[in-house]
Amino acid sequence: LQLYSSSLDGSIKLWDFMDGIPIKTFAVGSKLLALYAIASSEDSVFVIIPKSGERDTFQLVSVKLTKAAGQDLEAKELSVVLDGVDASPKRIAFGREGEYVASVKEVNLQVYFFKRKQLNRFSVSAMKTKSGNNHFTCIACHPTEDCIATGHADGKIRLWRNFCHKKEYTFSTLHWHHDAVMDLAFSVEGTSLLSGGVESVLVLWHNESDCRKDFLPRLGSAIEYISMSSDGTLCCTLHTDNRITIINSNLRFCKSIQGLIKSTDVKTGLVVDPRTKALVLNGEPGHLQFYCLQSDQQLFSLDIVQRQYIHQAGLNQADLVKVAFSAQGKWLATVEEREEVTDPELQLKLWFYDEETQSFKLNTRINTPHDDHITDMCFRDMDELEDDSLILVTTGRDCVFKVWVMVEDTDPEAQQSVSWSCDFVGSYHNYQATNCCFSEDGSLLAVSFEETVTVWDSVTWDLKCTFCHPPGKIRNICFGRLTCSKYLIGTTDYGFLCCWNLLSCALEWSAHLNVLVLQPDPLSEHIAAVSWLSKESSLFVFKPNEPRPIYIQRNLCKEKIQLAAFVPRDEPEMIGSEKYLWLRRSQLFFLTDTQELMTLSTKSLEERLTPSSKQLAVEESLPVTPFSLLLGKHRRQQSQEDTDLGKLFVRKKHEQDSPAVRELLHTPAHVLPSASFLCPIFINSLLISKENKSAEEVADEAEMESEKTDDDSDEDGDVSEMEQEDTSPTELLQEMTCKLSKSQEKELRKIRKMDYSWISAF
Amino acid sequence: MATYKPVVVQAVPKLGERITQDLVYWRGYKIDFSPVPPYNYAVTASSRIHIYGRYSQEPIKTFSRFKDAAYCATYRDDGNLLVAGSEEGAIRLFDISGRAPLRQFDGHTKAVHVVGFLSDKYRIFSGGDDYSSNLWDIPSATEIVSYNEHTDYVRCGCASKVNADVFITGSYDHTVKLFDARTKSSVMTIEHGQPVESVLLFPSGGLLVSAGGRYVKVWDVLKGGQLLVSLKNHHKTVTCLCLNSSGQRLLSGSLDRHVKIYSTTSYKVVHSFNYATSILSLALSPEDETIVVGMTNGVLNVKHRKPEERKEKSQKKRKPVYRTYVKGRTYMPKQEDFCVSKPVKRVLRKYDKLLKSFQSSKALDAVLEPPIRLYTPEVTVAVMQELHRRGTLRSALAGRDEKQIHLLLTFVARRVIEPRFTPVLVTVADMITDIYQPVVGQSAIVDRQFLRLQEAIGKEIDYQEELLEVLGMMDTLFATFTKKRATYLEENKSNGLTETAETNTNN
Repeated sequence: LQLYSSSLDGSIKLWDFMDGIPIKTFAVGSKLLALYAIASSEDSVFVIIPKSGERDTFQLVSVKLTKAAGQDLEAKELSVVLDGVDASPKRIAFGREGEYVASVKEVNLQVYFFKRKQLNRFSVSAMKTKSGNNHFTCIACHPTEDCIATGHADGKIRLWRNFCHKKEYTFSTLHWHHDAVMDLAFSVEGTSLLSGGVESVLVLWHNESDCRKDFLPRLGSAIEYISMSSDGTLCCTLHTDNRITIINSNLRFCKSIQGLIKSTDVKTGLVVDPRTKALVLNGEPGHLQFYCLQSDQQLFSLDIVQRQYIHQAGLNQADLVKVAFSAQGKWLATVEEREEVTDPELQLKLWFYDEETQSFKLNTRINTPHDDHITDMCFRDMDELEDDSLILVTTGRDCVFKVWVMVEDTDPEAQQSVSWSCDFVGSYHNYQATNCCFSEDGSLLAVSFEETVTVWDSVTWDLKCTFCHPPGKIRNICFGRLTCSKYLIGTTDYGFLCCWNLLSCALEWSAHLNVLVLQPDPLSEHIAAVSWLSKESSLFVFKPNEPRPIYIQRNLCKEKIQLAAFVPRDEPEMIGSEKYLWLRRSQLFFLTDTQELMTLSTKSLEERLTPSSKQLAVEESLPVTPFSLLLGKHRRQQSQEDTDLGKLFVRKKHEQDSPAVRELLHTPAHVLPSASFLCPIFINSLLISKENKSAEEVADEAEMESEKTDDDSDEDGDVSEMEQEDTSPTELLQEMTCKLSKSQEKELRKIRKMDYSWISAF
Repeated sequence: MATYKPVVVQAVPKLGERITQDLVYWRGYKIDFSPVPPYNYAVTASSRIHIYGRYSQEPIKTFSRFKDAAYCATYRDDGNLLVAGSEEGAIRLFDISGRAPLRQFDGHTKAVHVVGFLSDKYRIFSGGDDYSSNLWDIPSATEIVSYNEHTDYVRCGCASKVNADVFITGSYDHTVKLFDARTKSSVMTIEHGQPVESVLLFPSGGLLVSAGGRYVKVWDVLKGGQLLVSLKNHHKTVTCLCLNSSGQRLLSGSLDRHVKIYSTTSYKVVHSFNYATSILSLALSPEDETIVVGMTNGVLNVKHRKPEERKEKSQKKRKPVYRTYVKGRTYMPKQEDFCVSKPVKRVLRKYDKLLKSFQSSKALDAVLEPPIRLYTPEVTVAVMQELHRRGTLRSALAGRDEKQIHLLLTFVARRVIEPRFTPVLVTVADMITDIYQPVVGQSAIVDRQFLRLQEAIGKEIDYQEELLEVLGMMDTLFATFTKKRATYLEENKSNGLTETAETNTNN
């Protein structure tokens, strides 16, 4: 059981997919957009490559794969089969034991017979209707007969026969879909045809002559690919929201494989459920997904909107826009809205966590809580006062913020029930309210109104003071925590990061930084700010009490980072370098524009790779059902792209304790800072070094690391344009150099060990 | 794999009175001038004591041995004896069956407004306008003890049901005093703050309720007369108090023509009765069958509780024999057995079925059927909203004949002004006028409905404008009010400052 995969970097790999080991790599040289392997010709595969010299034209070529031994091979024997094909892998199909290949592009269908070397072209007359044009979207060939099924953008399916003649061909039309047919698949015997599209309904056509058909409706989201297993018992659909559904041959839902559900737009932001530590964000339309980061699994999906979702393009339906959890995760507040011509349809729902059923139960539903869109929402985070003084604040574009409180039912004999009602409505000079935030002890509420931040007393709802940093509207606000609770941080449109002191009511410091995301760590006083400057995102971590950032990561990624969240770790991690001390108790996750979830890792690349590759192996051996190779290829390519993009971990320099110690030992005494400042760093480094000593190999590796990072350890805090060395080739080189100087390294370490003992004697 | 989700019908909380259990219970009393009881009820009015039968509206017995007004006829627990005070100061004890008084207790120099039996049945307490409260022995007709502690008329009293020696009296000197027959003076004095009109002890004897002025106050006797609650729900003097049989509800009657019913757990008003004139006295029969209220215009108002309807026991269907009933149910599937689970069939409403199969026009027809349209308009509106959400409302509304348009327009014109339906129905009205604009003038009925719709909307707009005006006026009023308060506070401050300054100079 082997598997070919192709990738955009122009290589074809042969895998043993049960063990997850690459066997061979063939280098082709140009971008490979799709890969086909057919049983009749084992030594060659077909790939789609862009035509050299021309943009947006592609050709289907066959590649001869040499049988030569060795891991990395060159495959240069290319022969063009078809010209002017479409880049999408769905638009080419191989018919009946590889006798012919059919390709569709726009309104043209071309069929090439390998034996006769004959090319037939057919076309349908282009026409535009209300539901779209009649361009071809996909193609499938009958496994035993000379029959081609094509899907069209207007929802029709055409069955072509007799296409070996140029003139006397016939076709019949089947029509059920109201939107484009996304994919087609014949059953193994060819008795029935499966089709799927945006409607998320899988249609089974029994016989082309009479229009008898079966449906499997409500599959969750639009169907992207359909494929049958080689024995015909199972069929599987791939959906646009990153999910695979496995279906029985008698159209019964069997199983679904899903990780992080991709939704069209993550409006809710990244929220952490305090109870399960799961990441909570938009899932299926109208649903909230609870995604477990450790196991990469969807824990559950909570239906918020509770309405039938109509899978049809161009309908605006209610969707979830805001989510907030109370401190203990006992209450959940959600806002859903539906864009209307006149005024938006808004609903605020409050959910109570039911211990018995282990799920959230709807407690209160508030229709049109605000007259316009709700911009922000937060609970008062007070652990000890969870029950009686829980307060929810919503801010709206209708220029007010509202305070919602829990009220108990007045009737003592009625079942003990609580509901939520509005307690206070505040406004400030008729400006739109944009953000709200409670201070850590819950005594102060900060609400930003366009250019101004107002601070309110949460008991009397009196306006305490206002802050302003013109020009520019406030984009984000947050309070400092723990030792920095007297500071309020705000960012503005014009690229300013300001920190106000609440005691003196004055601006403490400000910095010129175009901050997109401002995220405080709930467990420490650190605040992460992600900025967008000259087409790259950078991360700054700082404490509000000093304007100097603790940590800077330039060039975090090329995409815009939309959201960020700190997820508390189960137990504080041991982190060697002081640079990453801020990641000790929680982990930082980002979501980019293209919906990739990333995290910052403190471990070195090697350490991270070993477990993940193991995990990969396990994952790959999971689908033990004997899927067809063809299916596997489609899927593999897809998933590889996914992994390429999705699991792009932000690489980080692993820093060792050595700089700290060295600094301490080599700096003259009179320029050293105070002992109290040095002590924690020094003790930390001592602790780690002992651990390293116990494991000899790890230490070796660590030494290499430290050598590598020597260069840029100096300019830690500075704003440097220094590029982080990331790429694997350079790493390999450095490994070489490291090996050479190993003996010297060991000497060095011995010296340092002596130094330790000498210091600790004091 | 999700199943079809039915249309969510928005439930809107009903405004106005909330129907609670109390409301249902107390509403059971209907006005009826037929007086009371097998627990014979005595009414003192003028110089007579009338005893009314349970259902007859005439007095079944009358005692008229008083020269002047009689007060406070009270039954003994066993219902055999009746005692009453009088304007001339004498207290008379009657046997229910006889006519002449059995005993007469003389000793009060002025009118006696309150008399009552102690719970040992052999003693009587009384309070008079001569400020004294006395204790009498029934067999010997002699005075046992006389307390002269009140400094004004004693107008109300109550004996403890737990302790035979304890009774309380309330007086116009604003106090309630607790007496123990074994001691020579009062045991406890509670300051009510207003002339006390009525006092009451809870059956447990631990709580004391006093009424006077506009207040009803509840005191904890066991804690030495600590105030528990002060209720101010009447806007005139509260004249009488009463507990219901279970002790769960407290009733108070007032000169403001209301009887209020409180829950004794939360002390919140759970219900109130409205009467024609001011209320002087109030009583509730045991088992709460009847409320009797005496009013200033001499009318005795009696409300009977409707007898509870017995639920008719429907004839039992013949159930299948137990053996066939449990057949196969106790079978435990073995490990190798293949279980076929029976799918749970969900029942969908007709409109949901039609919506499920995307038949929008028929779904709209289904919710325009009379029972749904008339009694649950929210369902109709919810389906309309759902159709709008699916973008098929226009096609569902189009292509209808005269009768159907008439029906639709009637519905819209009637409901469009209800705030909960307005957003949806405005869109519907818009679409209907859009679609059927070309055919206006072809049918008189439809035209009339269009005019009605216009009229309804015009009225609503006028109404809203008026409301806005009122709101503006109120805003100005509130603005001036807050300003005044602010200045008042400032004045206070300055006063305080000057005062401290003065004290400083004094020092």
